[in-house]
Amino acid sequence: MAPEPPLLTMSGITKSFPGVRALDGVDLEVQAGEVHCLLGQNGAGKSTLIKVLAGAHQPDGGTITWHGAPVQLSSPITAMRLGIATIYQELDLVENLSVAENIFLGHELTTAGFVVRTRVAEIEASALLARLGHPEIDPGRPVGDLSAAHQQIVSMARALSHEVDLIVMDEPSAALDPDEVANLFRIVDGLAADGVSVIYISHRLEEIRRIGDRVTVLKDGRTVAVGLPAESTPTRDIVALMTGRDVEHVFPPRPASGVPDTAEPVLTVEGLSRKGEFEPVDLELRPGEIVGLAGLVGSGRSEILETVFGARKPTTGRVTVAGRALRPGSVRAAIAAGIGLAPEERKAQALLLTESVTRNVSVSSLSRFARAGWVDRRAERKAARTATRELSLRPDNPDAAVRTLSGGNQQKAVLARWLLRGCRVLLLDEPTRGVDVGARAELYAVIRRLADEGLAVLLVSSEVPEVLGLADRVLVLREGRVVHTADARELDEHRVLDLVMEGSPT
Amino acid sequence: MTQPAPSAQHHGPDLAKPAAPPPRQERGPRALGLRADVRNLSLLGVLAVLVAVGGFTEPDAFLDTGNLQLILTQSSVIGVVTVGMTFVITSGGIDLSVGAMVALASVWATTLATQEYGFAGILFTAVVVGVAAGLVNGLLIAYGGMVPFIATLAMLASARGLALQITDGKTQIVTVQSVLDLGLPDAYVLGIPPLVLVFAAVTVAGWLILNRTTFGRRTVAVGGNAEAARLAGIDVRRQRLYLYLLSGLCCGIAAFMLIILSGSGQNTNGNLYELDAIAAAIIGGTLLSGGRGTIVGSVLGVLVFTTITNIFALNNLQSDVQQIAKGAIIVAAVLVQRRTSRHGET
Repeated sequence: MAPEPPLLTMSGITKSFPGVRALDGVDLEVQAGEVHCLLGQNGAGKSTLIKVLAGAHQPDGGTITWHGAPVQLSSPITAMRLGIATIYQELDLVENLSVAENIFLGHELTTAGFVVRTRVAEIEASALLARLGHPEIDPGRPVGDLSAAHQQIVSMARALSHEVDLIVMDEPSAALDPDEVANLFRIVDGLAADGVSVIYISHRLEEIRRIGDRVTVLKDGRTVAVGLPAESTPTRDIVALMTGRDVEHVFPPRPASGVPDTAEPVLTVEGLSRKGEFEPVDLELRPGEIVGLAGLVGSGRSEILETVFGARKPTTGRVTVAGRALRPGSVRAAIAAGIGLAPEERKAQALLLTESVTRNVSVSSLSRFARAGWVDRRAERKAARTATRELSLRPDNPDAAVRTLSGGNQQKAVLARWLLRGCRVLLLDEPTRGVDVGARAELYAVIRRLADEGLAVLLVSSEVPEVLGLADRVLVLREGRVVHTADARELDEHRVLDLVMEGSPT
Repeated sequence: MTQPAPSAQHHGPDLAKPAAPPPRQERGPRALGLRADVRNLSLLGVLAVLVAVGGFTEPDAFLDTGNLQLILTQSSVIGVVTVGMTFVITSGGIDLSVGAMVALASVWATTLATQEYGFAGILFTAVVVGVAAGLVNGLLIAYGGMVPFIATLAMLASARGLALQITDGKTQIVTVQSVLDLGLPDAYVLGIPPLVLVFAAVTVAGWLILNRTTFGRRTVAVGGNAEAARLAGIDVRRQRLYLYLLSGLCCGIAAFMLIILSGSGQNTNGNLYELDAIAAAIIGGTLLSGGRGTIVGSVLGVLVFTTITNIFALNNLQSDVQQIAKGAIIVAAVLVQRRTSRHGET
């Protein structure tokens, strides 16, 4: 007897956009009931591929076979009718509608094709949510009231409200805490057990190892490895396939001499707190030092950073830079004193996406290039270029639109902004979010080099290895409280995870 | 910035500066500016077509010097308002009260009491009333946290009401001869009416401010991403306040121009200017969502609308047809822009 044909076969898929060949011959094969992981750096073509699969993009070439028969996924509706559901990274929920309304959006349960049967929809929604392990989510609540994790559950419930054979999940764990990730894994396992296939996209290799059956690796729009066993393929091999280089020495070495304890701190935070967000925090930052804040999402990490920067007004406490207390709650005072922030949401909080690299870099130092409000554009361009070259920002083109840059280079543009401003204290909130593996190593090296040149860096990251590898000193936060402070070399990932989770129900 | 010392134990990716920087890429850079230029060029093309149509259908009447002067003069008042509006829209805001501010400034500046102070009194009052109304808008929006649409809608209603109260619905005739003289052919400089010169001056000033000053940069930054602007150290609220002040100032100047043009002040002045100004800015290429603005485009937008009105009038087409044509042009211009901007992106 012939073996079951694969559920999905994509072969030789190509897709070009003006100026870019996004897919250059991609092959993918997914078996029924399999968790198939799709790996690749940013720009490798993962997003384009799943959009082809969702019917949102039409491929230029190649064939797609579904249940053994060739198909054309000419629109999202076609894909959905065939049983392919996609959960995008940016959740596509309507915040003002209720959970149940979101789940059945576009295929409402109706009487006479017209009157929405709210009660029935809510009962069915409850059943779906229970199946996903979250019976506590009230189907009548507006989605906007839910946490990011719960919104994602709603998105999955929506996918399951159709008859599906395949669910595509684009970095579903990116916004989740460890315990929520555990629940996500349970859901994925449950789906696979029910015979539903999952295409799982993630940057985190350890996740893929835990739930994946097989792995397909994309690089530069091509498939470079098909159907590798997820459990047994060495990490080194996978990284090498993705990047074409070795993963070792990702973190730059700390300076041999270390920062003398006696050095005058450049940033002093005393008893800083915000009601309901974090309890009084004390910390000191010396020039040349990188201090990391480790903690879960919601532990107050970003809030501390933004309060130090003056973007949030503290309830108590004060921030001192080089001996001078800052006016609380004033971004301008913080910047004037030499603090710079690379915020968590780069696109929403830092970048002027419609503008060039130069203008993004110079925006905080404009008055330096201006006389009586008149901008000397040549001086501006030259200075911005010096700053971006210092960070090896690519392309080396000061007039490139910042939105065309990769995540890592966009982050460099933000760093260049503060370099140009001449800041002494750099606050980094999730500096490598949305930055692919290869570019991360480069960013780490840049951050370390800036510290070596005398900058004080305060780093927040939800990836514990990043904090441990990059920082000199680590503060561990739990529920808005600093629970531990130690030299980064004295901690390991397990110890930190124990500290951040301790006491929280598991 | 100091050059980092290349360290021997540097194991990470090589971050030393490239020995030879790649050749300067001068193409990409200009592309950003060029795209706006192309958009302006296409509008210039539309204008050329219109002139051709006008010259073809009514060769004598349309190309007459007097008629061309009329088109420019008619463009001037709304043009000055549109320059102010362009700044506000570029910053991500909107000013619905411009027409009402023009009306209020024009009637306040032409009361019998004001006219006693002569030329200076009328000019001063028009400008101060415009700025004051803009100040109220700006304070409500920047510091009162009101949505621009609502705050300026309220100003639209109350400024019109106040203008009606001042005039009691009557036309206030201007008797100050030095003001009226500016509207007469004797005052033309090399055949150009003084109002057109004012319009030109405001346009040049607006272009310079938007493109060459920190004020302009901050306007674009606030419109592109207000939160990012705030976290980059820009005083977003003060910037917003200034922008509505600027719009009010433009309305004050426009009111004075309208007084010269009509020899009177009326509470119905500037009717629907807000829509004309917004439409001209949008077809010029200024993004309604903010973050991109072009003074040249706005001015071309104004000229296109005025020219259409003129041609239609010369051909004895009624204003209903004009209105329909205007609407069609707005739709067409925005559709064309969407296409070009999508092409521009990769």
